[in-house]
Amino acid sequence: MSLSLEVILQLAILLPLVSTFVIVATGKSPNLRESVTITTCVLLIFLVVNLYQGLSAGKSISVFWWELLPGLTISFDIEPLGMLFALIASFLWLVTTCYAIGYMRSHQEKNQTRFYVCFAVAIGAVMGLAFSANLFTLFIFYEVLTLSTYPLVTHAGTEKAKKGGRTYLGILLTTSIVFFLLAIVSTWFVAGTLDFKIGGIFADDVDKVIAGTLLALFIFGIGKAAIMPFHRWLPAAMVAPTPVSSLLHAVAVVKAGVFTVLKVCVFIFGLDLLAVLPTTQFLLYLAGASVLLASLIAMRQDNLKARLAYSTVSQLGYVTIGALLATSSGVIGSSMHIAMHAFGKITLFFCAGAILVTLHKSKISDMRGIGRQMPLTMIAFFIASLSIIGVPPTGGTWSKWYLMMGTIETEQFVLMVILMLSSLLNIAYLLPIPFHAFFPNLISFKTSNTSLDTTEISENKASSFDIKEAPLPSLIAIVVTTLGCLTLFIYPQPLFELASAVLTGRE
Amino acid sequence: MIAHLPILQVIIPLMAAPICLMLKRAQLVWLFSLIASGLAFAISILLLQQVMTSGVISYELGGWQAPWGIEYRIDKLNAFLLLIVSGISTVVLFAAQTSIEKEIPKNKHVYFYILYLLSLTGMLGIVATGDAFNVFVFLEISSLSAYALIAMGKNRQALWASYQYLIMGTIGATFILIGIGLIYQMTGTLNMYDLSQRLPEVAQTRTVFAAFAFVIVGVCLKLAMFPLHLWLPNAYAYAPSIVTAFFAATATKVAVYLLIRFTFSVFGLSFSFTTVPLQTLFMALGLIGIFAASTSAIYQRNVKHLFAYSSIAQIGYMIVGFSLSTVTGLTATLLHLFNHALMKGAIFLALAAVIYRVGNIELNNLRGLGRQMPLTMAAIVIGGLSLIGVPLTVGFVSKWYLLMALIEQGWWPVAVLILLGSMLAVVYVWRIVEAAYFKAPLDNSSPVKEAPMSFLIPIWTLIIANIYFGIDTRLSVQVAEAAAQSLFGVSL
Repeated sequence: MSLSLEVILQLAILLPLVSTFVIVATGKSPNLRESVTITTCVLLIFLVVNLYQGLSAGKSISVFWWELLPGLTISFDIEPLGMLFALIASFLWLVTTCYAIGYMRSHQEKNQTRFYVCFAVAIGAVMGLAFSANLFTLFIFYEVLTLSTYPLVTHAGTEKAKKGGRTYLGILLTTSIVFFLLAIVSTWFVAGTLDFKIGGIFADDVDKVIAGTLLALFIFGIGKAAIMPFHRWLPAAMVAPTPVSSLLHAVAVVKAGVFTVLKVCVFIFGLDLLAVLPTTQFLLYLAGASVLLASLIAMRQDNLKARLAYSTVSQLGYVTIGALLATSSGVIGSSMHIAMHAFGKITLFFCAGAILVTLHKSKISDMRGIGRQMPLTMIAFFIASLSIIGVPPTGGTWSKWYLMMGTIETEQFVLMVILMLSSLLNIAYLLPIPFHAFFPNLISFKTSNTSLDTTEISENKASSFDIKEAPLPSLIAIVVTTLGCLTLFIYPQPLFELASAVLTGRE
Repeated sequence: MIAHLPILQVIIPLMAAPICLMLKRAQLVWLFSLIASGLAFAISILLLQQVMTSGVISYELGGWQAPWGIEYRIDKLNAFLLLIVSGISTVVLFAAQTSIEKEIPKNKHVYFYILYLLSLTGMLGIVATGDAFNVFVFLEISSLSAYALIAMGKNRQALWASYQYLIMGTIGATFILIGIGLIYQMTGTLNMYDLSQRLPEVAQTRTVFAAFAFVIVGVCLKLAMFPLHLWLPNAYAYAPSIVTAFFAATATKVAVYLLIRFTFSVFGLSFSFTTVPLQTLFMALGLIGIFAASTSAIYQRNVKHLFAYSSIAQIGYMIVGFSLSTVTGLTATLLHLFNHALMKGAIFLALAAVIYRVGNIELNNLRGLGRQMPLTMAAIVIGGLSLIGVPLTVGFVSKWYLLMALIEQGWWPVAVLILLGSMLAVVYVWRIVEAAYFKAPLDNSSPVKEAPMSFLIPIWTLIIANIYFGIDTRLSVQVAEAAAQSLFGVSL
């Protein structure tokens, strides 16, 4: 390939968008349509990997598209954080498409062409968002992402889907237009530019109160980061088909939110300014409260997808905390957590979807004993849960490690306790699911005698079940992301390098 | 020829109107009106170019010198307005023939075009002229033809709506006339430029204050500013759909122009905003208008009513920008004039297409149309997104400028209110989306086809303009900025 990196950058954004036309054109024949999607995914990964190599070689890659208003441009520039996000999103898109083919067909969903089209647009928006060189460009793709995922959330077209869609769009649009846009315009007015720059764009003598207010506006305005009280859209979005929940609402959309938070903290405010702003401490506690409360709510959910959604809300709080800590280990932890949580949560959602299509179960209380029927799925669920909790041998260990380091360095002991408590809660609401799946009749842990008895009975009963796993494409996807969780523990080096390069610029 | 462009702009549609009467055949008349309007559009483009390069054009009617004779004075502001009015008129007229087929009895088609052209003449005249009394004359031409056009609506309510508008419009026009009379009494001149020179001397008299009050209230009646908006929703809802599309995109814009012209050029900035507390008053009324009208829009069952209320709310945005009396604020208002004309033109044309196919426009009748009329409904959705102010549409550009203008002056709370107001737009736009895309069509309704090409072409022309001018903002921003600066006397 002799394409210049600049061309590749533009292709990476345009390719998913262009592919929508082909997807529509081949809509009549599902096999052809799906192979178009898969081909696009593979090409996109190829492009992004090329960009990664370019970035690793120390090249600067930037593209200017258009000047919308004087000084406000649509332009792109690659830096490590965006690269990391794009790598994860493009790779997981391929996996999810694979999963979706199995899921959508065996679930006999309607309007599959629209589904794949909106999916591709959303991924294109994510690429644009990841590579944007200024806040304005980012905002545009942020909104495109919101709007393109709306038809996916309401895919079922039922009354419930409509309601979920209302909450989804209502919260995301309101926060982004009322707070985020206001923050952007004000930043533009105060700083005179919106370009992302290491160390921030505000002058040194900027009024701390104004900048603090702006920070609060940003944190509230980036509704996709799902900081309480603006988290309701995420559980509402769970009415969508599972592939949507897994890629978009565990990876693309929510990660776009925390990615934006990180970008704003590091490149608009700069860590030095961030550390001295009056509102930072308040927002840190807010994010901490979000982490803790969402975990508590998750414990009370019986619907598996709802529980996972609240767990996501809680995990997103980690990233926001890491960004607001304003130390290098906080930022590294946050960046890595974007990746680690992505792999863990997508696996969990894949499993939830697999259970839904094969056994038609969505309630956790109905899932006792399903480990006998779907052993692979439930093992994957177990490993992914470990990654979310943050224990070896899974990737989640590393990011939580750095986040802890960050809280200790800045002596935020309250937050440290919150993070630890939340990890405990993670154990409490995630692990019982695979546990009961394998040991169905183990009702309580209190009396060891009864538990032993019931275990034996269950094993006798359960042997009569046949193994009935998810459709093959979906199963492959589950295995791949689970292996991803494990690999990231053993081999986190490239990820760590990208994350630590965020603060220093190009590698 | 080139020298006569300012008057040709107005004369062409004026002359075309009686000729229509002679042509008789509806189809011919349509084609002829389209050409007349197209010519006016072409002239307005030439005029704008000329003004942008070489400054103000002054044209003396009949060769009589300015303070005595009637002067047509084209500066950046009204060249911009001429472009909007004649452009929208041409695009809308394109769909007229198909649309009135089902809404107006055959024997009235010719009259329809005649009235349409007269109304266009009136609006172009108001904008082009530099003479205060001439403004009144053209105002009456456009209003009288507007009353008749609205009365042509196919429901009986149209008559009542037209009557309401007639009463309110006449009060407004009379107020303007009284105001003009009073300033004529004080200064002895009707030429706007001349007035602006002479008024400061007598500015502190009670008569001038009274004149100012009369003119402003009269103009505000015409532009349907809250709380003088009561005539508008019914007039828009019951008029023939084409008329609604034309008026929604142009009539109120012309009234806003008059407001700007009288306050900035005739009475002068210092009088309008320093001597008279117009700023607080308009800011408050504009904001109340945004919220009251948007809230009413949410509760409408008739989609034309819904967007009529939305128009009142959008006027609120223009008024807020205007009330700031800064260059950026006025730029925002002018941009929104242009942008709102594009949005509402497209939306009301699309509604006309729905009426053509479905017969009426209750929210319930939109059920299932997302599948049956995909292109038309997509146009309404994009137009709606533009109303909300989503990036890459024109709505975003004007919102951006309005926010900048507010923040520049430190009006933070107002900026927040403006943004909250646009959230109300999300609510009413989404009611339509949900009706069209989530509800199955009523059982007893027969399948509906996509709108004919004669609708789709103008609708999508405007929709593409909505997106194009949301991305390539050079034309609209440059002209609006230049016009605003020239009104403030900032030398370029």
